[in-house]
Amino acid sequence: MATEREPPPLGDAEQTDFRELEDGDDLFISTASTLESSPTSPEPASLPAEDICANSNGPQPAEISLDDDLEDLFAEATEEVSLDSPEREPILSDEPSPAVTPVTPTALVTPRVEPKTIFVPAMFERSKEELEEEANGDSFDMEIVVSDPEKVGDGMNAYMAYKVTTKTSLTIFNENEFSVKRRFSDFLGLHSKLATKYMHIGYIVPPAPEKSIVGMTKVKVGKEDSSSTEFVEKRRAALERYLERTVKHPTLLHDPDVMQFLESSELPRAVSTQALSGAGILRMVNKAAEAVNKMTIKMNESDAWFEEKQQQFENLDQQLRKLHTSVESLVCHRKELSVNTAAFAKSAAMLGNSEDHTALSRALSQLAEVEEKIDQLHQEQAYADFYLFAELLSDYVRLLTAVKGVFDQRMKTWQKWQDAQAMLQKKREAESKLQFANKPDKLQQAKDEIREWEGKVQQGERDFEQISKTIRKEVGRFEKERVRDFKAVIIKYLESLVQTQQQLIKYWEAFLPEAKAIA
Amino acid sequence: MMDAGIEDNSNHDFSGYDVRVTDAAQNGDTFVYVIKSQQISSDMEYRFEREFEDFEWLHHCLLTQEGVTGLHGIIFPPLPAKPGTSLSNSEAKTKKKIESLAMVDDWQMYCRALEEYLHLVTAHPVLVKNPAVHSFLKHREPPIKTKVKKGIFNKLTQAVEELRKEHHKDIDDFFQNERDSNLTLTAFTKAAAEKFLEIVLTEQKIAIACGHFSTALHLGIGQDDDPADYAFAKMCLKLSEVLDTVKKNFEKVAENDLNTLGFNLELHSRFQDAEKEMLFRRTCKLVDVETANKNLGQAKPHKKAAMEDIKKAADKEFDEISGMAKVEIQRYHRERVRAFQKALIELELAATCFCCSSTGWLSLNSHV
Repeated sequence: MATEREPPPLGDAEQTDFRELEDGDDLFISTASTLESSPTSPEPASLPAEDICANSNGPQPAEISLDDDLEDLFAEATEEVSLDSPEREPILSDEPSPAVTPVTPTALVTPRVEPKTIFVPAMFERSKEELEEEANGDSFDMEIVVSDPEKVGDGMNAYMAYKVTTKTSLTIFNENEFSVKRRFSDFLGLHSKLATKYMHIGYIVPPAPEKSIVGMTKVKVGKEDSSSTEFVEKRRAALERYLERTVKHPTLLHDPDVMQFLESSELPRAVSTQALSGAGILRMVNKAAEAVNKMTIKMNESDAWFEEKQQQFENLDQQLRKLHTSVESLVCHRKELSVNTAAFAKSAAMLGNSEDHTALSRALSQLAEVEEKIDQLHQEQAYADFYLFAELLSDYVRLLTAVKGVFDQRMKTWQKWQDAQAMLQKKREAESKLQFANKPDKLQQAKDEIREWEGKVQQGERDFEQISKTIRKEVGRFEKERVRDFKAVIIKYLESLVQTQQQLIKYWEAFLPEAKAIA
Repeated sequence: MMDAGIEDNSNHDFSGYDVRVTDAAQNGDTFVYVIKSQQISSDMEYRFEREFEDFEWLHHCLLTQEGVTGLHGIIFPPLPAKPGTSLSNSEAKTKKKIESLAMVDDWQMYCRALEEYLHLVTAHPVLVKNPAVHSFLKHREPPIKTKVKKGIFNKLTQAVEELRKEHHKDIDDFFQNERDSNLTLTAFTKAAAEKFLEIVLTEQKIAIACGHFSTALHLGIGQDDDPADYAFAKMCLKLSEVLDTVKKNFEKVAENDLNTLGFNLELHSRFQDAEKEMLFRRTCKLVDVETANKNLGQAKPHKKAAMEDIKKAADKEFDEISGMAKVEIQRYHRERVRAFQKALIELELAATCFCCSSTGWLSLNSHV
């Protein structure tokens, strides 16, 4: 692995990648445009350098190059983690060696001209750990609120604008508190960009809330009924959760797209997120192609951890879906109960009014009031617990899709590596043939190509190892978060249950004297 | 067959009865109800079975008994509607309207309704004297039934005449007011009963859904080796426990609601109908009186005496009915208010008590 230490081969590899990508015309397209936002996106470019932010303290550097410290840690990373080893958490969470400091702009070596892209994740490892420490410690302080949905425009071109307010003490932002107006397609655009950048190297990018043509049409048309307000509220809450999840991820938090989303007042419109646009059609076609591809990749899994995890997530997915169905039916019945209680309250009131016996009449009116209050209570509780539960479950079902996507990306990376190896083999065969044919210029070209593909093979292997490592870490994070999220919701539910019961007691106790006073 | 007392009314002890409808059992196509009755004054306890037809026969006997002044002025306690062929209620649950207590999933409720009917009959000072009552409550064998003749109480004929006579203006303000208020009260009581029973149904549905949710949480609890899965599984189990409690909560609440206010509202919406029928009978009599007066006025001299007799008979009957009706109405309202109060208090007490206990449990067990 000595070659790893030398920048030039790396540089070459990167350069070739870069060139290759340019040929493929994939690279500089704004990620929102033709690349789909789903986890199974086609082979996207490696990260455009401009978008990478690797440090926590300064503004985004325009270009990042490897400097000596980073080479060291990169090598360290590849040496110590192999595919066969079980998840090596200790290595990844080691204290950063004193030699490695967070990369600040001043520490950058003069940027090289050729390699526009670097192997970023290695660098991310270290600084990301530090970010994580910061995140887990007291200094992570970020609160995002999505509020004030406002209808902008008229008719079918109308849309809802949401106010996104961020309160933070992190220094990467310019201010401590700021807010912007965003519309739903902006969120989708953000997700699309993030997915393109990070999913293929193994990061679990939280999925954005789902589109709903029916829901939005109702809102656009201007139906001011409870179902459309409910829809807007549901969406608002989902957008808030989406942003919270995204910024909880230490890497994503520092992504310039995320920061731009939160901070800048104007955002270029993400047009290609429309369902029926040309880009949308392209997405669907790509998705179908991806599905076919997936079926044909048969990977030699050398690490049982991945297989186990995949199975585990399959099971979890099933379970969550079942739970979601149960909870949904409960929410539905709760709503029904609320409706029925309100209807009964009305008829009790009417009965009370028509009753001649004054004390009974008063008692019945009181009963009607109690029932109305109980109805309110039912509504609140239905929202507070089961509804939130249902939303959490559906969030996680979608998150699991992202997780599965990341595993698929690993398979694709493996495939790419294998393909490179196969290609290298072919080139070698071609070269040996040429040696016999004695054509010196073509021979040179063949040798060059061999070197090129050797580099690619190495790159492929590195990519694969890297993505495996990243996935392990991401899965660990996901698991922790899963437990935390569910625990929070369950506790909230229990608390609200107790509160509801106590409130019910109060209402009924207030009613008793009226009932007793009848006779 | 001990028929010792059936012919001679004077041998009867008219003291109150303690009647229980303890059970319902399916006997082929029909249901039989097990009844225990004991007269307060004696120690004899009778236990026998009756079918719904026996109740109908009893009701018919009460309606057609002879020798009672102002019989038509009595507000007859209403008999519960005939139960469907099976007491299972999956169909009923899908129906939107609750038409009778038999539809709500509880044969116990239905037994209680029958029991209440017998209570009301035996508590009525006039009706309890009917020999059919004693025959019903004391004899092992069901009474011999003849074909129930459809008399004036046939709803079909009533429907036709109703439209004509129902709005016939009354000569007495008391009765006119009573008729008016009966009209509105009946409608509202029915509506309230319906809506309340719907609440009960929904509460039962929620209980079932909680049960499903609780069961679903048990799925996938298997592998304990993964720490995240283990923590998750623990949470699910805890939540499942809580949901079981919530489920029992709702079941209890539904039962409680049904037993108190639900039962009361349903009974009284039927009772309102019974009062309405009584008032209608009286109104019909009023029409007869006025017709008789008119005929008398228009009668030819040789018929005058006969008309006079008819008029006198009609007047007498009308006065008797009105007299009985007034007493009945006052009694009815007193009883209604009392029963309502009882139901509301019971509803409140049970609700509070139950909320307290479940709050206690929840506070103790909320640690995840």
